[in-house]
Formats: sequence, C-alpha cells, structure tokens
Amino acid sequence: MKLTLKIWRQKNATTKGELKTYPIDGIEGDMSFLEMLDVLNEGLINKGEEPVVFDHDCREGICGSCSLQINGEPHGPDRLVTTCQLHMRMFNDGDTIVIEPFRAKAFPVIKDLVVDRSAFDRIQQAGGFISVNTSGNTIDANTIPVNKDDADESFNAATCIGCGACVAACKNASAMLFTSAKVSQFALLPQGRIEATERVLNMVAQMDKEGFGNCTNTGACEIECPKGISLENIARMNREYLSASLKG
Amino acid sequence: MSKLDSKIPKGPLADKWTNHKNDINLVNPANKRNIDIIMVGTGLAGGSAAATLAELGYNVKTFCYQDSPRRAHSIAAQGGINAAKNYQGDGDSNYRLFYDTVKGGDYRSREGNVYRLAEVSANIIDQCVAQGVPFAREYGGYLDNRSFGGVLVSRTFYAKGQTGQQLLLGAYSAMNRQINRGKITPYNRHEMLDLVIVDGKARGIIARDLVTGKIERHSAHAVVIASGGYGNAFFLSTNAMGSNVTASWKIHKRGAYFANPCYTQIHPTCIPVSGDHQSKLTLMSESLRNDGRIWVPKNIADAEAIRQGKKKPNDLSAEERDYYLERRYPSFGNLVPRDVASRAAKERCDAGFGVNKTGQAVFLDFATAIERYGKEQAAMHGNHNPSKEEVIKLGKEVIENKYGNLFQMYEKIVDENPYETPMMIYPAVHYTMGGVWVDYNLQSTIPGCYVTGEANFSDHGANRLGASALMQGLADGYFVLPYTIGDYLSKDIKTGKIPTDSKEFDEAENKVRELLEKLINNKGTHSVDHFHKKLGHIMWNKCGMARNAKDLESAMAEIRMLREEFWKDVKVPGEMNEMNAELEKATRVADFLELGELFAKDALHRNESCGGHFREEYQTEEGEALRDDENFMYVAAWEYTGDPGNEVLHKEELEYENIEVKSRSYK
Repeated sequence: MKLTLKIWRQKNATTKGELKTYPIDGIEGDMSFLEMLDVLNEGLINKGEEPVVFDHDCREGICGSCSLQINGEPHGPDRLVTTCQLHMRMFNDGDTIVIEPFRAKAFPVIKDLVVDRSAFDRIQQAGGFISVNTSGNTIDANTIPVNKDDADESFNAATCIGCGACVAACKNASAMLFTSAKVSQFALLPQGRIEATERVLNMVAQMDKEGFGNCTNTGACEIECPKGISLENIARMNREYLSASLKG
Repeated sequence: MSKLDSKIPKGPLADKWTNHKNDINLVNPANKRNIDIIMVGTGLAGGSAAATLAELGYNVKTFCYQDSPRRAHSIAAQGGINAAKNYQGDGDSNYRLFYDTVKGGDYRSREGNVYRLAEVSANIIDQCVAQGVPFAREYGGYLDNRSFGGVLVSRTFYAKGQTGQQLLLGAYSAMNRQINRGKITPYNRHEMLDLVIVDGKARGIIARDLVTGKIERHSAHAVVIASGGYGNAFFLSTNAMGSNVTASWKIHKRGAYFANPCYTQIHPTCIPVSGDHQSKLTLMSESLRNDGRIWVPKNIADAEAIRQGKKKPNDLSAEERDYYLERRYPSFGNLVPRDVASRAAKERCDAGFGVNKTGQAVFLDFATAIERYGKEQAAMHGNHNPSKEEVIKLGKEVIENKYGNLFQMYEKIVDENPYETPMMIYPAVHYTMGGVWVDYNLQSTIPGCYVTGEANFSDHGANRLGASALMQGLADGYFVLPYTIGDYLSKDIKTGKIPTDSKEFDEAENKVRELLEKLINNKGTHSVDHFHKKLGHIMWNKCGMARNAKDLESAMAEIRMLREEFWKDVKVPGEMNEMNAELEKATRVADFLELGELFAKDALHRNESCGGHFREEYQTEEGEALRDDENFMYVAAWEYTGDPGNEVLHKEELEYENIEVKSRSYK
C-alpha cells in the first residue's frame, strides 16, 4: 500500500520541531508499524537524509520502549497492543498517518519521536519496592499463602510496562494509572502491606513533583493502555492514599 | 598452551559452595563504602547484582543502553524459572536439577557451577516472593508449578507468560530502593565502548552518553559485565533490537577469553518469518508445550494442500497427523529439550512436510488440551454430561487463563485465532550458551573483570534447558557474585579512588573516539542494516541448526570479506555529538562482524555434535547428535590475538565425578 506519513521532526530538546511529510510505498499488511518506519529510514539513509529516531527495543510488546502518538492515539488505532505490535493491516491504501511523540510536560522531547520518561523511574524510586534485603535470608516462599484472586489481581496490576501511553492519552497528562498500578500490586499482597502507608504517600508526592496533572476520571488511560491496566487501580490508590493521610 | 584454572573448590560436590564461602575473604562494611563497582547491563543478572552489592555497602554505577533499567531484555522471558523446591512432591531435589541441567547441556558444562546453581535456586523463589513478585498460585494460596522441556518433574515457577517481566521488575524495584538511598547511580541511555585496564586490573570503562553523544570516563575497583548474549549476530532472533555483544567483545579484545561461541540455542517454538521486511522474531513460550501438541501431516500431499490453502489443519483427522515428537521420543514427547525439538522440526520441514507458504513451519495444536481441561472444569462444576460446546468453552477459558497474553500476541502478529486453529511455529535463534570464559568466581581472565548471566558461558553447556536462564541470571546476581567479588575486592580496601586522568584512560578514550570518527566519516553507500542482514544470512544458512565443515569454512571467508566491505562502504548519517541510532547500530554490527568469524571457527574446530551444535558429519543413524567425549570434552576458550580468524585455542578439560557421562536420550 501507498501511504503519506506526517512525522514530527525535532533536532534536539532545545530546538523547535515541526511535522514533515514523507510519501511511502510498498508497505505490506503483515509489517509491524515499526517495520514500516524501518523501510522509511532505509530509504532516507540511501537518499542521504537523516533517519527518523524513535524508541524501540524488544518489538514484542513487553519492554515498554516504543511509544508514538499515531493519528492522535498512543500506540495507534488497535487496542491492547504497543506500537511495535501494531500491524499495517490496520491501515488502508492511501491513508495519511500523523506520527508524533508522546506529549506531556513531564515527558520532554529528546529528538524526533523520542521523549524522556525518566520521571517514571523517579516515581518508582520514591517507593515502588518492598524493603527486603536481597541476601536470600528470607522465609520459605510457601509460608506466605496468598489468596489466588488477590495474587491474580496483583499480577494484573504488575503487568504495566511503563510505556507512558496513559499519560499521553490523558488531557491532564496524569500519571495516576501508572503510579496506582505499582501501589496496587503491593497493596494486594501481605508482603506489601507493611510499608503501604509510606509507599503511597511517597510515590504520589513524587508524581506531583514531576509535573504530572490531576486525574479527572475520563478513563482515556484505561482505553489506551496496551496492557489493559484497570481504572480500579486508581480507585484503590485513592483509598490507600486517604487512609495513609489519616494515619500520617 | 596455558592451563585455565576454573578454581572449582575441593571437597564433595554438595559442600563446595558452602566451603568456598567460608574460605573467602570478606570486606568490612566501613571499607565497602570506599569501593566502587561498575555494572554494565541491568537485566536479571546485572540488576540483581547491582541491588545486592549496593545493599552490602559498595558504591555501584549501573550502565544500560535502554532509557530505563526496567527495559532490559530479560523482561521478555515468558515461561518461568526453575527451582528445586519440590513443592509438588514429585521427587525433585538439588541433585535432580543438577543432573537434568548437566544432561540437558549434553555433558559440556562444569559440575561445580551447575550444582551451585541448583543449590541456590530455591532461595531465589523465597527472595522474589518476599520482594512482591506475583507468581501464579493455586486456589489454596500456595505457589503453582508447571513443567518445562527435558525434565520429568514440575519445578517451574511462573507468572502467566510474563515471568521474566515480573522477575526483572522485582530486581528493578530492588535497584530503585538502592538508587533512592544513593547507593546506586544509574547511567541510563549509556553504552560501554571499551574497558580500561590499569596495572593488569580492570579499573574502568569508556562509555558514550547516547543522548548527548559525549564520551565519558568512569573508574571503579571492579567491572562487571552483565550485558546478555549475542544471538543478534544472526540479525533475526528473539533478542531485542539493541541486544549486542559489544561489552563482551570489547573485554575479549582486552584479554578476556571467549568460550564456546558456537553454542547457540535455536528455540523450537517461534512465529515463522513472514517476509524480507522482518526485523525480529517472536517467541511462543516453551510452556505452551505443556499443553500444545506438535504435528505435521502424515502424507506429503496433505502438507502441500495445506501450503496452497486447499486444506485447513482441522480437516485432518488424528490418523492423518504425524505427532512426530511423541512418535520419536515417547518418554518426553512434546517436552524434549529445545535443541532436540528444533532439529526434529527442521527434519520434517526439509523432508517437505512444512505447513506454511514457505514450507518452514509446523503446527502447535491446543485442541486436545482444550477438550481435556473443558471436561475437567465441567466435572468440577458438577456437570458430568456436558455438551461439546460447553466443554470447548470451558477449556478455552483455562487455556486463556494460562497463556492468554501469548495467544493474543500470536493473533496480533499472524492474524489467525489460535484458539480455533493450530499455531504455526518454527525454530529461531534465541539464546547463546557460549560467552566470556569465567572461573567459579565468575571472574574472566582479566583480574577484576567479572561476567554474569547470559554474557558468561558457565552453566548451560551445549544446550540450555527452558526456565534456566532466569534461574542463572538471578543466582549469579543475588547469591554468587556478591560473595565472590568480595574476595577480590578485599585486596583493594586501601587503594582509594581510581583516577581517570591516567594514560590508560587516555588510550582507551582515544581508541573509542577514533572508532566513532571512522564510522561517521566513512560516508559509504550502504546502511548498517544492509550489512547486518547479510551477516545474518551467512550465520543462519551456514552456522545455524545444522553445520558442516565445508559451509563453516566458507562462512569464515564470507564474514571476513563482509567485514572488509563494511569498513569500506558503510554509511552512518548524522554526527557523533548527538543522539544517533545509526551510529549505535554501527558499533554493534562492527563487533558482530568479528564475533561471527570466531563463531564459525569454533564450530569448525569442534568435530562432534553436542547440544545446540549439530555437525552433519557427526550424527547417529537415527539423526541424533553424536558426541566425541574422548577428543572434545572440554571448554574451548579463545584468546584474541588481533584477528578473529586466528584466535588461539585454550582448553579447559571437563571432569565428571558425580555424574555418569552417557549418550543423551529422551526416547
């Protein structure tokens, strides 16, 4: 198929960017979206132009590197997939596709389609852990039975890949879904209860400090999340936060 | 020929590790504060080690090329992690895990290392549960297990099809705790481009900041390489796009021996190649072989009809299907080890029974399992006479609960629903058992330079069993390296900070600068990918699932020529002092082009078949791998001498005192 791509080009963090138009031909339906960009880049290199830079790594939807706002949607039109798993069969011959970086104050553009998501790391550093030493001197794993439903729900929250689609989808650029997924993972496990109070207070404080917006319950984050992380996690975090604040 | 000292402790097998821990020197907590350690790579091996070393009190600097440690490719491991817990009461023990691993590796690994791995495996599970890793559980609240290939027990712990993700996020959270305490300084989006050796000891690295392009000097008292394997030498593999051999190869060129480079794991269950545009291959977890049955049509005419779309797989009755693994290996069936399953798939496809357009695919079918689980569920709900539809509906729910994410991934890529029609799969490059040679302490032949996880060669011999990579990565990082590195560092308590203004740092930095300038200024006519794909082609066709002397000789010559062509004609756009993805690729492919030749050389010299290394000249009448224990029961450790085609071979003889070496059978 033949397509027209409008791609955000920006030399670095300090220069202004703009959308540039690139026609492209010979795209097949079973190519992934990133393989389509590979074809574009190979062509640009051969013509002596600079290839488009974008984050990507595992190309199987789990590392969370790839991002891209495609026709206004994080990870494009398909549901429950990352950009690397989005296939060109979702598009039609003659389509125009607008490709931009994830937009948020807390995610500054580094170059072209690459943004800085280190704010997410700092939220995790503020409390996204259980303070257990890694020396191996812990109790036998089966001495802590966990209700299967709680374990499954904890797992579901823990499958967040930290891609940032929730932030890019939100009109307030809120990181509530991301933060609440980690808070929930631990809140649902007996091992995680011990530090639950401090964890939620510290992680929320860091989230605010990074400049993410507030949550106004539009639910866009849940719809765009490639891993289907549930809004219930935000409700759980709000409850955790409230009870922690009362204790604090 | 120099003798390689593996430093395996004396004494009975089961006591070696405990005795060794009692014998080695310790560093007191106050002195640890004055010691710096560099960790290159933040996957399971690097992330876990960084966290533990920081917790012990050392100052750790971590380096990863990704924008966050959480994105290291360990994250993509799907099926599970082995541990000799014997929670299922099915006869598991440290010895049995040790035995399975040595046998699975086709008697080409070290007894002492493998036993230690089995010994610490149970601890890993305890540790991870304490960290909040949400493993799968049974209804009673206890941990669930499943089976993996090459074993007769259920010892694999898992978190759906995302076990690697959950374990890596566990290690990442342990790292975050130490970053928060100021004990780890993370250098993300940084790539190590050389090792600095001062007075014979590893004392630092040269790294490039991938955002600004700045070349940086970092010093430390020890350097740990945990940068993963080199499967991307094949271009198409299940590795991440950025996975590379550069850190390992740079230390190799500085004096670390590289061991068994030809031992590569071709994983039997991957989504087949769909076209020339393909950038990577996607794995379908080995755990699927717990419930999936592998088959091709019995009659070649049916295979042709399926290839042409005239017949559908479900049109064929059970009698018209050849469940070839169950036929050839009745006792292990679909759960034979990966090397065996891959070769069997290739054999059927080469014989004309392949089932997709290219003839390079076999079926992985869940219909039997869906029916079995459906009946079980119906009975559990008191329905003892369910309809066929009810059975299938309930059965699909069980399968979805176990493998949902894998089925979804398959459907998105292939555009077919695997609940309704069998998956099509084919082998693909997945893991490299070979790697930097290390002794029992995980130290390379360069003092102070340690190598952990997939980057080293140590525990899997010629073939790795499923769910053992996660085990090894975490064992090395949480429980082995933190002890053994202390013994070395105990001599450094009075050294003080290592200065970075020495002539050794000057030399290394200049070398890196020259390399990058050369690439940028080359202004050739072809992109980096052009050369990488060509290399991948040679590797897959001549150094892949079946190898022979003639092909390997020509592979060496072709890779050498390709390397010369690369340096004459590669085109790297952009500048050095900016984010430049093409430049990153170019430095990595330059190293693959050297490693590839050594890979072929190693495969050529090993005149036997063992594990993942299959030489067509050495096979039994039934087509099984034929080892030559008399002449090849050794680790081949290669010393760089300025030219990858002319490296010098050093042999570490393997001794088996606790296990009887016999021919490996899964029949």
